[in-house]
Amino acid sequence: MLGLTTKYGSISAVRDVSLSVGEGEVVGLIGPNGAGKTTMLGTIAGLLEPTSGTVRFEGNDVSGYSPDKMLKAGLALVPEHRRIFTDLTVVENLKVGGITVGSAERSSLLDEMADLFPVLREKWDTPAGYLSGGEAQQLAIARALMSKPRLLMMDEPSLGLAPVLVDLVFELIQSLRDQGRTLLIVEQNATRMLQVADRAYVLRSGEMVAEGSGTELLERSDLFDTFVGGTSS
Amino acid sequence: MTELVQNLIDGLGRGSIYALLALGVAVVFGVMHLLNFAHGELITVSGYVAYALFNQGWSWFLVAPLIVVVAIITSLVIERLAFSLVRGASDFTLVLTSFGIHFLVSAIFIMSVGARVKTFSEPGWIANTFAVGPINVEVFDVVVIGVTIVTLLATVVILQKTMFGLALRAAAADFDTARLMGIDSNKVIRGAFALSGALAGIAGVFWLMRAGNTAPSSGISPMIKAVLAALIGGLGSLKGAVIGGLALGVAEVVLRSQLPGEAAALTEAVVFAMIALLFIFRPQGIISVSHAERV
Repeated sequence: MLGLTTKYGSISAVRDVSLSVGEGEVVGLIGPNGAGKTTMLGTIAGLLEPTSGTVRFEGNDVSGYSPDKMLKAGLALVPEHRRIFTDLTVVENLKVGGITVGSAERSSLLDEMADLFPVLREKWDTPAGYLSGGEAQQLAIARALMSKPRLLMMDEPSLGLAPVLVDLVFELIQSLRDQGRTLLIVEQNATRMLQVADRAYVLRSGEMVAEGSGTELLERSDLFDTFVGGTSS
Repeated sequence: MTELVQNLIDGLGRGSIYALLALGVAVVFGVMHLLNFAHGELITVSGYVAYALFNQGWSWFLVAPLIVVVAIITSLVIERLAFSLVRGASDFTLVLTSFGIHFLVSAIFIMSVGARVKTFSEPGWIANTFAVGPINVEVFDVVVIGVTIVTLLATVVILQKTMFGLALRAAAADFDTARLMGIDSNKVIRGAFALSGALAGIAGVFWLMRAGNTAPSSGISPMIKAVLAALIGGLGSLKGAVIGGLALGVAEVVLRSQLPGEAAALTEAVVFAMIALLFIFRPQGIISVSHAERV
């Protein structure tokens, strides 16, 4: 479904990598801080331009697309730090997420999000700046789902959340997975990520150093000691 | 007391025009971080078009809506020819570009139609007044305030109730994330310039009615008022821009009438001194905006 082979400029964090995601797969991208994970998602989402190489999505070359074109092609990104619009209400944030779909479909998607995220429904008309970290993360994910993406990417969804909320985020990922959605997720919490991922890539200093199924990689303790830097707890 | 009420009405009339101009500056600043010193040129261009139409025998009734259309088109053309080229550049580059456009437009008019002031007649009703008890109210002030209220309400509806308004507010809050949501940066920036142009056009109608003339340097005064009002209100805040415009108008009128004798000539200087004081105590302006830093 998604294929990425690319080379990045000397200043950028990621160099020579290739990565693929199949339809209905949950793929993790793990690695220590500064490994280039965010750069990589940013490139796939169109925020950054690859210096060479291609991004292919559903058989089409989408390299160099602007973020809005990427979204219209079917790729959505839940950015690092959530980046919700704090001055806009919860429902307005969701509407912005669904800005590319027709208005009838947008309102049925709003109903869908209200069912999926009861916490948000209760705060529909509250400015999003008043949400707690966990609520804000749910809003960021719901907002991305509003565009009906065929590939949903998340950048560090559990970052900065209390342990109980980290559980909530991974339950959410699990339930999105059960719905058959295709996910590409960057996570520092390697163990938790590998538990829910079908496959994962380990990125370090801009290079892919391992690839395998979640269970395979979980058993490779060497990876955690050497590459992930002991963040496996 | 009577005089003060009268001054207040005059000041709100004048301030309404400033408010519409400042709101246009704030809308563009919101999405692009551009403090547009070329904003007054929308009135210069509209003024010359109005002058040409008056020479053809057109009446204010027909010219007024056309002024708004011309301001919108001019705003979009300036965006396309100049600001689109420096999009994403530093704030300083953007400000310098807008200054460049300001001087360029003046120069184009000096070279093509000459530096002399072109006059046209004001609408007949502009000096009419009516009495409310002891207070003499200018019809012009009432019209300006009324149209401004309607325009502001329409702007609120556009910003709050339409998808375009939502896109504009999202882009102003966090441009990159708005793009990730599928918002086309070209469309939202052009939309902001169109809205800014429409607001300047409506303000421009009243500005030109009052001035009764246009010249290559006509844009300077509205530009200064617009930028000042936006700064007073708190740059980036739409509400602040409106408050800033009204405050500036009232301050000017009240000072001009209350300062004793010769000192009235110093109104502008006193206004600037007051603004300087405001910035010492509130450098962020009346309403502060704390948005994520733009990349």
